[in-house]
Parts: sequence; structure tokens; C-alpha cells
Amino acid sequence: MSTSERNRERDSERTFGDYGGQYVPEALMPALQELEDAYERYVIENEDGFMDEFRDRMRDFGGRPTPLQRADRLSERYDREIYLKREDLVHGGAHKLNNALGQVLLAKYMGKERIIAETGAGQHGTATAMAAAHLDMPCEIYMGRTDINRQRPNVYRMRMNGAEVNPVTAGSGTLKEAINETMRDWATTVERTHYVIGSVVGPHPFPKLVRDFQSVIGREARAQIQDRAGRLPDSVVACAGGGSNTMGAFHEFVPDCANPRFADDSSSAERSSADSQAAQPRDDGDEPREHVDLVAVEAGGSSLEIDEAAGLAPNSATLSTGTDGVLHGAMTKLLQQGDGQIVESHSVSAGLDYAGVGPELAHLVETGRVTPVTVDDEAALNGFHRLSNLEGIIPALESSHALGYLEESHDELGDVVVVNVSGRGDKDLETVLEETEKRDLEAAPDVEVFDG
Amino acid sequence: MSGEDRRPKGEEPRNGERGAKRPASVEPAYDSDVEAAIRENYPALIAYVTAGDPSLADTKAYVEALDRGGADLIELGLPFSEPIAEGPTIQAAINRALEAGTTPQGFFELVDDLETEAPLLVMTYYNMILQYGPEADVRPFVERAAEAGLSGIIVPDLPAEEADPLRDACDEHGLDLVFIVAPTTEGDRLDRIMSQVSGFAYVQARLGTTGARANVSTATHDSLARLSAYDVPKAVGFGVSEGDHAAEIIEAGADGVIVGSALVDIIAEHGADGDAAAALEAKAAELKRGARRGATGEDAPEPEQP
Ligand SMILES: Cc1ncc(COP(=O)(O)O)c(C=O)c1O
Repeated sequence: MSTSERNRERDSERTFGDYGGQYVPEALMPALQELEDAYERYVIENEDGFMDEFRDRMRDFGGRPTPLQRADRLSERYDREIYLKREDLVHGGAHKLNNALGQVLLAKYMGKERIIAETGAGQHGTATAMAAAHLDMPCEIYMGRTDINRQRPNVYRMRMNGAEVNPVTAGSGTLKEAINETMRDWATTVERTHYVIGSVVGPHPFPKLVRDFQSVIGREARAQIQDRAGRLPDSVVACAGGGSNTMGAFHEFVPDCANPRFADDSSSAERSSADSQAAQPRDDGDEPREHVDLVAVEAGGSSLEIDEAAGLAPNSATLSTGTDGVLHGAMTKLLQQGDGQIVESHSVSAGLDYAGVGPELAHLVETGRVTPVTVDDEAALNGFHRLSNLEGIIPALESSHALGYLEESHDELGDVVVVNVSGRGDKDLETVLEETEKRDLEAAPDVEVFDG
Repeated sequence: MSGEDRRPKGEEPRNGERGAKRPASVEPAYDSDVEAAIRENYPALIAYVTAGDPSLADTKAYVEALDRGGADLIELGLPFSEPIAEGPTIQAAINRALEAGTTPQGFFELVDDLETEAPLLVMTYYNMILQYGPEADVRPFVERAAEAGLSGIIVPDLPAEEADPLRDACDEHGLDLVFIVAPTTEGDRLDRIMSQVSGFAYVQARLGTTGARANVSTATHDSLARLSAYDVPKAVGFGVSEGDHAAEIIEAGADGVIVGSALVDIIAEHGADGDAAAALEAKAAELKRGARRGATGEDAPEPEQP
């Protein structure tokens, strides 16, 4: 079997171990088949130069590559080398454009006429609206009521870029409800519409497709750190909502592991696309790989318990506390009650506020390759203020969870650490001011000063 | 579908009394209660209500009313918090049922209590089936469904590609697994689904979600034409709300019509004032008359004989 045949076979697998699959209404199945074909032809095989066009547009329109910046004051504070992967510098202010531009371009190659998407923080909606405007496609975005209220700057940005924003009032009005509503739209208009799903979630082939568009983060970071530090990092830290910046940052490092359980596992699904990047062979040949810890930081909210009676989780810690089940097209880990009802999640950051998580990430956690950890709302807010204050970078509240974890647990992360700053925090200023006033945060500036 | 008897060996069909609707001279010719209920009551009326909307006790009265009114098969929705295949009407019904505290346990106790001529099917989402037991596994749900006397299962988010575990469990317990055929289902996929269908093929009348509509979609006619070569009963749902729609659908070659949102609308309107059962019975009779009109070309109002 040739490499490309083998890749094709692996990439057409619908699952990652026990996770993944295609649990969707029948009407959508032909569209998933069509997308799978397009994924294999354009993304894997670069047919019609699709990937070349995507990379060119990500460079000229998207601003890639992003820097890997040594954070001098954090390095000093933690007495180790801290590097920041600056996805906040991608056009639109977050890693989300990597995927949105890839999918809108793919939809164009597939001959689709209309783009729909859901959004939580508004970052994915903004990225999709920008990509759609850039590529001249009509675009509608579904967004929960609660999220519209807490992410207003992004709502304006989407509308300025010509997208229609449809408020979703069901449930707690967050990402889960927005996804339900987008799926309903898609089931009605599937023949001409492409649904740009915003993370490594949903039915096959979305988790692989999104991961491949996002894996540029880790590919760049891997080369950049070797350049800068002359070695691989001891750990890579990224926040996990659905898990797209997580999988993007981790994917190239998944095979880097001294543990033979992973190093020899050449048949496992998680290596499929790393191998499929045949154009960029690894230079380390048969050398045993250095071990890189991969740490996924989830939103611990205010507590890790689920309130069964109220059907609420005051957290979004799906990998850490969830149980196996099916939501939004995939078997994965979920925040659910014992009888199968999905609970409402909570996080101070809208982009992490989701009761599910990507199936590949669930698989990597289940097989021990990725370590899930949690950081609560307060530690995330402190992370936000600390990075703003020490490094002059205002991070997204989502990314602030990764920075909160760095503060709490840097001793466990080794000598060289890469933290993925998945986005910038301008969108979060209102929330941060409000939440900071409620608390006594050690890293926050004195709010009184603003009040005179 | 497989030729073997899907009923556990040595057991009488639970809904044996349904024979009252069957001409006495005709021996039961079908393995499945569900298939028999459609074929023998042609043109069949299949009614859907959400269990627990507004309460499980009300659902019992509604199901019995639909049974009296002429429904030949009744689908009971077991509510799931993320009903992605549902339009606003049934979505709201599911929310009412969940707010009333409807659980799978309560649902099965309702089914234990129900005595209807029409066989009963459960319609729910895959996660509800997976979570019924202590681990993510479909078998405890199917065992309990069989014990309660349900005749089949419909799962709107379970395409044929993912259905093997449930299919096996249903086969083991003599339950039918009904698949949905969408307007987009064609070619190889259609063959694959039709080879797995048991009971009947649920023909989705139009793209999109459930919800009552003002007219019958042309997609219905195309779908029925694509399916005409397959010897499985075909019932059309999504958007059917009036006797005239039922007539048109039967005339186009369907064996049955499925009505959900139009019934749920009646419950939403009359659920509080206690008149819903009578209105549901009357609506079922109207729909059944419409279906008969489609089969015979003339109005045949008396409800007993086809
Ligand atoms: C900046 C940023 N980081 C992270 C996330 C979480 O998504 P994911 O886990 O898919 O990266 C979001 C979501 O909107 C985001 O805007």
C-alpha cells in the first residue's frame, strides 16, 4: 500500500478509538459524505492546489506565521523558559480564522452557495464572517442570547463584515443551543449550504478537518522552538473548550513521546494527519523522540460538581469530569446527568462554555497522551491580568485559563514550556471589568482608580 | 429485512387484540407487530406525542384517545434535552415534558400501564438509549423497552452507519428498528438503509425539522417514487397536519401517514383546559378519514373497516 493510500484509509476512519462517529439526522449523511470526499481530495491530496491557496491566504490575509515569543518576565517569575505562541496575532484576534478560512474556502471549492456557523465567544463567528466576506460568500451566524450579551464587540464585528447574526433563546442561550439551531438550519438547507463548525467537534469528518486546519499552530511552534531553544519543549499548554486550539497546538507533538506505548503506536488514528504531511518529513528518523507533555486546561468555573437537580454544571470541565455519550454528532465525553440529559455548562469565558469536547481529544485523554487539568474562574481572571500587566499582552479569557494553570503548576511543566495564547482579550473587557469588581484579585489593577 | 421472527420465541404478540381490526379470514402474515399494523390497516395512521407533555398521566389519556380515534401505530417521544431533528413545536413539547420531570423510568412505567390496540414505538435520541444502564450501552434500554411491551424504536440521530449495536439488541428482543429516509437519501445509501429497515420506512416528507405545514412537499412524491421498488411499508411524516394532506400522501403511494406536530399543537392549546383528549380523538378520526379517501378516491367516514 502506498503512503497516500494508507493515509486515505486512516483518514476515512470515522472514529478515534471509541470516540467520534456520525450521529446525525439521515438528511445530513450525504453532505458528510460529500465533505469527506472534499476533505480527502483537497486537504489531504491538495487537489487543484487547494492547500497552496489556503496557505497563501493565511499568510496574506490571516497574518501567518504567528511568532513564538519568549515571555521574559514570566520566564523570570517562574524560573524557566516560557514561550508564548501568539495566535492572538492572527487576523480577527484568535486561532479561529485558521479553521474558518479553511472551511469557507473548502465550501467554495465544493460549490456551496451559503455559509452558516454557530458561535460561543463570537470569535468563531467573527472569523467565519471575515472569511466569508473575504471570499464573497453569504453568511449567517447563530449565537446564544447570553453570549450575545457578554460578547457584544464580536456581534458588531460579525455584522460589519456582512454576516447576519441570529439570536438563539433556547436553554441557557450559550454555545450548545447555538449548535442545535445551526444543525436545524443545515438539515433544511443542506444541499446548498456548508456548516462551518467552530471546533474539533461534531460528526466525522469535522474533527479531522478542523484539526488539520489548526495543526499549523503546532507545526510552526515545533519548528520555532527548535530554532530558538535548540530542542523540543517539555510541555505544551493550551486551553480546551471544544478543543480546536488544543488539538491545533498538540497535534504535531502527539508522536513526541518517550513512552513506547505511544511512540510505537503507528496505527493509531491520532497520527494519521501527521503522517499525511508527507511533504514535510521529520528529520529525526528512528531516534527515540523526546517526551513532550501535552496539557489541556479546562474551565473549572466555580466548582467541579454537577448540580443534578438543577441540571447545571458550574464548570465546563468535560475532559476532567465528563462521561461518555453522544452529543452533536459524535460519541465523546460530555457533561450529562445519569439519565442522559445534557447539563448546562458554565465558564466566565464564553468560548470554553460547552458541555462537550472534541472526540480526538477525548481519545488522547483516555489513552493517557494528553493530561486534562482545570483552572477556576478566579485563577483565569488572575491569569488575564497578569499577562496584561507583565507582558503587555491582553489575552482572551479562554487563553487566560492556560496562563492560570502556568501560575499554579509551573513546577510540573519542565524547563521549557510553550503556552498557546489562543486569542486576544479585547472582546472580554466588559466581562473582565464586571467580574473583577466582584472579586479581590491579586493580579488585578485597583479598579477604584478608574472610579476617581 | 430479515425473514426471521423478531418476536421472542413462545410469546404471544402483546397487542394481539389488535386482530379486531384485521379481517377474520386473514392469518397474521408478518413477523412484526409494526409491519402488520400498517399493512393490515392500510392506509395506516401513525400518531406521535411527546411523553410527559404536560404530564405522564395526561399522555396516558392522550394515547388512549388517539387509539380510539383510529391511530394504527403510536410513537411516544422520550424527551431529550438536545432535540436537533425537531422543529419549534415538538422542541417546546419536549421542554414542557422535561420541566414536568419526565424521566426514562417514568416513561417506561407509563408504557407498562398503557393498553392500546395500536402497537407503541418509542422515538428518542441516541444518548438517551446509551445512558439507560450504568454504562454507555444500548442493551439495558432495549431490554426494558421489550419488557414494557414496546414494539419498536425510532432514533432520529442514528443513521444506518452507526446502528449495528442497536440493531443487534433490537433483533435479540424482537423489536423493530425504524429508519428515516430523507429527501437526500439516494443510490447506495438508500439500498443500505432499506436492507436494514424493519417495521416500516419513515419517509421524511421534506428537508428540515419536524413541524406542521400548510401543504404537501413535492419531495414526498419524489421520495415515494424512489422507494417504490422496495417491499417495505412506507409511511410519510414531517409536516402532515390535515386530512387532505393524508389523502394526497396515500394517493401518492404511501402505506401510512405520520402526524406529530399537529397533535402536539392540540396539546399545547388544550392541555391545560382538559379538552385535549377529545380534540385528539377527533383529529385522529379526521386524519384517518383523509387517508382512506386517498386510498379509495372517495370519502369513507366510518372508522371500522378499510
Ligand atoms: C480565543 C479562544 N480560545 C479558545 C477558544 C475555545 O475553543 P477551542 O477549545 O475550540 O479552541 C475560543 C472559542 O471561542 C476562543 O475564542
